[in-house]
Amino acid sequence: MSDSARFIGEEEKIDISSIAPIRNYSSRFLTFLSILCVVVLLASLSWVLWDVAKEGVNKLNWYNLTQIRYPAPGLEDGGFGHAIVGSLMVLSTAAVISFPFGILAAVYLSEFGRGTRLAYLVKFSCNVLTGVPAILCGLFAYAVVVRGSGFSAFSGGIATGVLMLPIVIRSTEEALLLVSPDMRLASVGLGSTRFQTTMRIVLPTAAPAIVTGLIVALARAAGEAAPLLFTSFNNNFWSTDLFGPVATLPVMTYFFAIIPFRPQQQLAWAGALVLLAMVLVASTISRFVVHKTKK
Amino acid sequence: MNPNSVSGAMQTQSPKPTSYVFQIENLSVYYGSNPAVKNVSLKVPARQITAFIGPSGCGKSTVLRCFNRTNDLIPGARVEGKLTYHGKDLYAADVDPVSVRRHIGMVFQKPNPFPKSIYDNVAYGPRVLGMKVDLDEVVETSLKRAALWDEVKDKLKESGQSLSGGQQQRLCIARALAVQPDVILMDEPCSALDPISTRRIEELMKELEQDYTIIIVTHNMQQASRVSDMTAFFSVELVGSNRVGELVEFDKTEVIFNNPSKEATRDYVEGRFG
Ligand SMILES: Nc1ncnc2c1ncn2[C@@H]1O[C@H](COP(=O)(O)OP(=O)(O)OP(=O)(O)O)[C@@H](O)[C@H]1O
Ligand SMILES: [Mg+2]
Repeated sequence: MSDSARFIGEEEKIDISSIAPIRNYSSRFLTFLSILCVVVLLASLSWVLWDVAKEGVNKLNWYNLTQIRYPAPGLEDGGFGHAIVGSLMVLSTAAVISFPFGILAAVYLSEFGRGTRLAYLVKFSCNVLTGVPAILCGLFAYAVVVRGSGFSAFSGGIATGVLMLPIVIRSTEEALLLVSPDMRLASVGLGSTRFQTTMRIVLPTAAPAIVTGLIVALARAAGEAAPLLFTSFNNNFWSTDLFGPVATLPVMTYFFAIIPFRPQQQLAWAGALVLLAMVLVASTISRFVVHKTKK
Repeated sequence: MNPNSVSGAMQTQSPKPTSYVFQIENLSVYYGSNPAVKNVSLKVPARQITAFIGPSGCGKSTVLRCFNRTNDLIPGARVEGKLTYHGKDLYAADVDPVSVRRHIGMVFQKPNPFPKSIYDNVAYGPRVLGMKVDLDEVVETSLKRAALWDEVKDKLKESGQSLSGGQQQRLCIARALAVQPDVILMDEPCSALDPISTRRIEELMKELEQDYTIIIVTHNMQQASRVSDMTAFFSVELVGSNRVGELVEFDKTEVIFNNPSKEATRDYVEGRFG
């Protein structure tokens, strides 16, 4: 912001007379407009962060984080440690499902299938999937898994994985397309096959960008309650059974936010704060990793 | 032009015994349904430097990519006509493009070392080909041939991308040499380099000429006249709304630069193009 402001100032000093006045005004106006947009954006973001932090920090203590069952309605005694573990279980399942399929699909799109009918079809379905509401992903997993074997962390992972799939495919494909075509030709020109080129040159070169995309997809999915409502459902108690219902942070936040008991509402705030912190930590780590590997 | 007259002239005048590495007859390349170059015929002599010159968009890179079949990798590209490599049809159905490319190295306009160490860059080719060689030795000789060894011998573990542009380009040449190719294709290898690096690469090309056949695309007339033995001048013609490239003249470099038979060639080499 300050950079562009200073730049405009200097421009004025140097040769204001040679610039048509209308250009000068529209330039100032547009600069003002873009600064305004940035301010509005940052303000609303920090408002959300501040609100969540203010309310959430009350109940955010070691006791709540490590308690492994929810308090009974209206009571204080309990926490949401098991919901953190449940969220991690669901997200790991989603990652295990969506990362390999997503990365392989993206490799096909950018390396092997460019211009083919199948690639077009995959891209098209991917775009459609991006527009599918999260709750439908939940319904899908409900129909496919839950009706057969009941609520489970596993089915929640499937729903979340389906939700993440298009994001993973897109970001990975973009990362792969950033690798210069010359690099591929150079590798192929040395007599390596396209498979070797993909494995040894393209993927390692794109790795930092791919990892960033994966983390973003995971972070985005971490906060989704909709796909979990009728898949991993809820559990008031500790459970590490992948094939049984588990508590998760977004679902906890949703349930506790809408019941009329103060302690539960406060827990919902705390859960939201923990969720935010997890996303923040994950994206910071990914940035760090990317920065490290670039050197 | 008539390729026979050229080869006739070659046989009587060339100081070296002439054998041809590539022979092209009526080669046309299409991208989709649009022809990019049409009816190119020429013969590339062994162990000499052949330069391709001509205005932008006339299909020099396109023709160059035919020699190692990297056009195969461009969606929609189609090659018509005949291209033989040591007498064998390069586009015959039973030819494996992967094994062709191993014999025909390529250096690109922008230096593009892999994001690996200097050592691994050079060792990449022998490794993927599974060559049974002493890698350390191959890396050292390739870097020496590319006149880069002295500058990098103490930092082989550092990233190839940490080198200067000129060094990177020489690294790319070393990388191509490591698989012991027969031909080296260079697509404007010096256009991103300063005059000193350019001079080094030109000297290097003259040295490599002893053992390799080199085809170089260049926009630099002085460079073509300094380094090459043969020069092909391409131009571009408007056919309907399509710009189609064609080979105007192919002859010994002295002839192209001093006494070309076509007016268009003379205009171009004297800078009166356009
Ligand atoms: N990958 C591609 N897909 C479609 N058309 C292409 C492709 N590459 C080149 N062409 C077209 O083929 C024609 C010849 O291009 P080419 O790159 O061979 O020219 P060039 O002589 O190498 O030009 P320059 O000197 O600018 O490098 C151009 O009209 C270009 O638009
Ligand atoms: Mg070119």
